[in-house]
Amino acid sequence: MSDMDPVIQEFLVESHEGLDRLDRSLVDLEQTSDRETLAAIFRTIHSIKGACGCLGFAKLEKVSHHGESLLSMLRDGEREMDTAVTSALLAMVDAIREILTAIESAGDEGGGDYTELIAILDALRRGEVPAAPAAAAPPPQTPVPASAPDAVAKAPAPAASPSTAAPEAATTNDKPRASETIRVDVALLDSLMNLVGELVLARNQILQFGVNQQDSAFSATTQRLNLITTELQEGVMKTRMQPIDNVWSKFPRIVRDLARGCGKDVRLEMVGRETELDRTIIEAIKDPLTHVVRNSVDHGIEMPDARVAAGKPSHGTITLRAFHEGGQVNIEIGDDGKGLDGDRILNKARERGLLTADQAARLTPREITNLIFLPGFSTAEKVTNISGRGVGMDVVKTNIEKIGGTVDLATEAGRGTTLRIKIPLTLAIIPALVVTCRGHRFAIPQVSLLELVRLEGEQLRRGIESIGGTSLYRLRGALLPLVHLATQLRLGSTTESQEAVNIVVLQADGEQFGLIVDEISDTEEIVVKPLSKQLKGLASFAGATIMGDGRVALILDAVGIAPRAKAQRGADSLTAKSGDGSGQTDADRPQSMLITAIGPTREVAIPLTAVERLEEFPVAAVEQAGDAEVVQYRGAIMPLVRVAAALDAQEAGHCDPLQVIVHSRGDSTVGLVVDRILDIVHDRLVLERQTRRRGTLGSAVIQGRVRDLVDVEGIVRPHLADVSAREGGTP
Amino acid sequence: MSRSQVESATVGLEQQLCTFLVRGLLFGVPVERVQEVLRFQEMTPVPLAPPVVRGLINLRGQIVTALDMRRLLAGDVELPDATTEAAEPMNVVMRLPDGVVSFLVDEIGDVLQVQDGQREPPPVTLAGRIRDLVTAVYKLENDLLLVLDTHRAAALSIGAEKHES
Repeated sequence: MSDMDPVIQEFLVESHEGLDRLDRSLVDLEQTSDRETLAAIFRTIHSIKGACGCLGFAKLEKVSHHGESLLSMLRDGEREMDTAVTSALLAMVDAIREILTAIESAGDEGGGDYTELIAILDALRRGEVPAAPAAAAPPPQTPVPASAPDAVAKAPAPAASPSTAAPEAATTNDKPRASETIRVDVALLDSLMNLVGELVLARNQILQFGVNQQDSAFSATTQRLNLITTELQEGVMKTRMQPIDNVWSKFPRIVRDLARGCGKDVRLEMVGRETELDRTIIEAIKDPLTHVVRNSVDHGIEMPDARVAAGKPSHGTITLRAFHEGGQVNIEIGDDGKGLDGDRILNKARERGLLTADQAARLTPREITNLIFLPGFSTAEKVTNISGRGVGMDVVKTNIEKIGGTVDLATEAGRGTTLRIKIPLTLAIIPALVVTCRGHRFAIPQVSLLELVRLEGEQLRRGIESIGGTSLYRLRGALLPLVHLATQLRLGSTTESQEAVNIVVLQADGEQFGLIVDEISDTEEIVVKPLSKQLKGLASFAGATIMGDGRVALILDAVGIAPRAKAQRGADSLTAKSGDGSGQTDADRPQSMLITAIGPTREVAIPLTAVERLEEFPVAAVEQAGDAEVVQYRGAIMPLVRVAAALDAQEAGHCDPLQVIVHSRGDSTVGLVVDRILDIVHDRLVLERQTRRRGTLGSAVIQGRVRDLVDVEGIVRPHLADVSAREGGTP
Repeated sequence: MSRSQVESATVGLEQQLCTFLVRGLLFGVPVERVQEVLRFQEMTPVPLAPPVVRGLINLRGQIVTALDMRRLLAGDVELPDATTEAAEPMNVVMRLPDGVVSFLVDEIGDVLQVQDGQREPPPVTLAGRIRDLVTAVYKLENDLLLVLDTHRAAALSIGAEKHES
C-alpha cells in the first residue's frame, strides 16, 4: 500500500466513496425516479471510467463503460428503471468494488470474469429481458448498506459475478487502510489557521514576559511552548497545501478528448505532480492552466501527417512540469508542435489595429510572441483559428498576475512552444516589508519591492529634485518619480525639515516609482486577509494582516498606489513641458498608446495603461439608465462614455457595432466609445499644453501626426462617481 | 395599545432583540445575528476609507471592520442628545451575509423580548438616512425601539476611493 502510486491511492479512496453513495442511490432510484440522483450516479461511474482510462485498468474501464451506457439511457429517459436494471447496476457496482479491491491488494485487476455481467448490461440496454443465466449467483448480500437490504431482497439479481461475496468482505476489511485520509471542511482549516495565528501572538507575549522571570521551570516551559507552537504552525500550514496534481489529474482526459476531437494524437507527460501549493493558488490557476493546455492541443500540435512530413513522430507530446525554485512554484506547459508563427501574429496584430507596420519591423521575436497577451489581440473567435494560439491569453496572463505570478512564453518555429508560469507558494503567507508613516503601519508585499534607498544630509539636499511640485530622484542616472505615502493616503502634510528620507523603490505595472515613508521597520512573514466589502473599493490596499503585537496593519498595493501617482505625475510633467521643454522627465520615456478615430478626421491617443480590453457591442445592446447609456458587460452594468461628446468633437455617425475601450478602476468599469480603433503606437510623448482642449491632456506629435491625448481620468470621473453614488456613497 | 391586544398577538410571534443606544436612540437587532458584544477595542484606522469605517479590529485572529453608527446617523437628521464622539464606543459584532462587521454604538442595552403586536412600520415622516436604516418600530412602554436594517447599514458604508480633483 505504502509503495503504491499516490494517484492510484487517491483513485481508490475516491472510487470507494463514490460507490458507497451509489449503493444507496440506486436502491432509492428504484422506488422514486429522480433525475438528479440518476445524474449523480452517472457522474460517479463516468469519473471512475475516465480515471481507469488514464491509469490503464482496462477491465474496470470496460465494466464501467457498459454500466455507463445503460445509465445514460436511463438518464436520457430512453429506458425506465426497473428491478432488472437495478439489479444489474448493483451487480456492476459489486464488480467494480471487486476489481478495486484486487487493485488495492495485488496492484492488478484480478482474475474475475465479467463477460456475463457485460452481456446482461448490454441486453438491458437493447431493451431485452436478459435470460437468467444458469450460473446466476444469489443476490449480493454484503454490499448494500443498512438502509437497503429489503430492496435488494425483493429484486433477485439475474446475475452477479460468481465471487461477489468473498471480495466484498475483503473490501470491508481493507477500507480502513484505504481511508487513511479524511476530508475536512476548508473553513475548518481556515479557522484553525486563525487560531494558530492567535496562539503565536500569545506565545510571543509570554516569551516577552518570561524575559523578566527568574524561575527556571517557567522558562523551560515557555521554551517548550515556543517549539510546539512553531511546529503546530507549520503543521497547520501544511494542511492547506495540495499537490498540483489536483488540477493536473483532469488533464489526461481533457487532452485525450480534445485530441480525438480534432483528429490528433497527443500524449501528455507530467513531471512533478506532487509539487505542493496553497489551496487558494490551486483554485486560482485551475482555469488558466486548463486554457493553456487546451490551446496547446488545439493549436500547438499539428495533425499527424503534418508532423510526419516535418520529420517528427506522428504523436505530439505536451509536457507539464512543476517544481519549486526560490520560494516560488514554476509551472511549464510545453508542446512539441509547430511553434508560434511570428509573421502571422504580426499580420493579425496589424489587422486588429494593434500596431503599425513601422513598429512591427522594430519588434524583437520575443516581443512579437508576447503580442498574443495583448488585450484585443484575440477577442474574436476567428482570430484563434488563424493565429495559432490565443483565445483569451490576456485573461490567462491577467489571472496569473493577479495572484502575484508571471507568465513568459518561449517558442521556436517547428519545435514547439513553452509557457512558463511562476507563482508564489502561497497567497496566505507572504514576505512583506513593514513601513511606518505618520504613526500608521503598513506592509508592502516583497514581490513589488525592488530596493530601499536612504538619503541623508548632503545627499538629501542634492538628490531630490523637483519639477512643478513633483519630486524626482536620480537613481543611478535614471529619474525615479517619488510619491509621498503620507500625501497619497492623506495622512497629513509632508514635513520638510527631515534629516533623512527613506525611499522604497517599487515596481508596478512595469513602471518603477519611489515611495517615501517615514520609517522602514523590518521584513516579516504576514498572513494576508481580505478586506471587507466596505473597503474593497480602496485600490491602495491589497488586504490586511495581523502583526506580532496583535494589531491590524494594512497591506499596500503597489499597483493601486502607482496609477494615482502616475496621474499626478502626468499633470505635473505637463507644467514642466509647457515651459521650455527641457528637463528630462518620465514622459520622455516611450509610452504605448492606442490611436483611435473620433469623428471623420480627428485622431486621438489613449494611454495603453488605461485600456483594460477592447470590445465590440451591437448598438442594440445599449440600454438607457437614467440619462446615461449603459451596456451589460460580464454580469455587471457598464456605463458608456462617448469620447467624441466628451471632447466636443463631431461624431462620425452611426457605427455598428460600437467600438468600446474598457477602462477599469477598482471594481467599476467604464466603456469609452470611439469610432474606430486605428493603431497601437510606442512613442515618446512630448505634450504641448497650449493646445489643451476639453477632455484632453494636451496634444503631441505621435508617429508624425499631431494627436490629442485623451484625459481618460477626467472624462470617466463623473461616471465612476455616478456608480459609487448609486451604491450609496457616504457623506 | 391595550394589554389584551398585545397578548392576543403573541402566539409564536415573539422575537428577541439585542438593544443598544446610538445618539439617544434605542436600536434593536435580532439576537441570533449578534456574535458578541465587546467593550472598546483598539482599532487600526484605514486611510481614504469612508468616514463611517472607523477602523479594523483584530477579533481573535479575524479582521473585523468597525462601522461607526454614530457617524452613520450623524448629519442626516437632528438627533436628540448627541453623544460626544470622545466617549469610547462599544462593539456589537454581527454576522451578516457578507461577513462579520462590528457596529460601534454608545451603550449596550438589554436583550428584549418583543411581540408582533407592538410592531409598527417605520413612520412615514422619518427623514433622511435613518428612514433607510429602520425596518420597524416596536412600541415599548417608555420608549420606541427601532429595528435596524443591518444589511443596509453595512451596505451604506461602502464607499469608493475618492480621487483628488
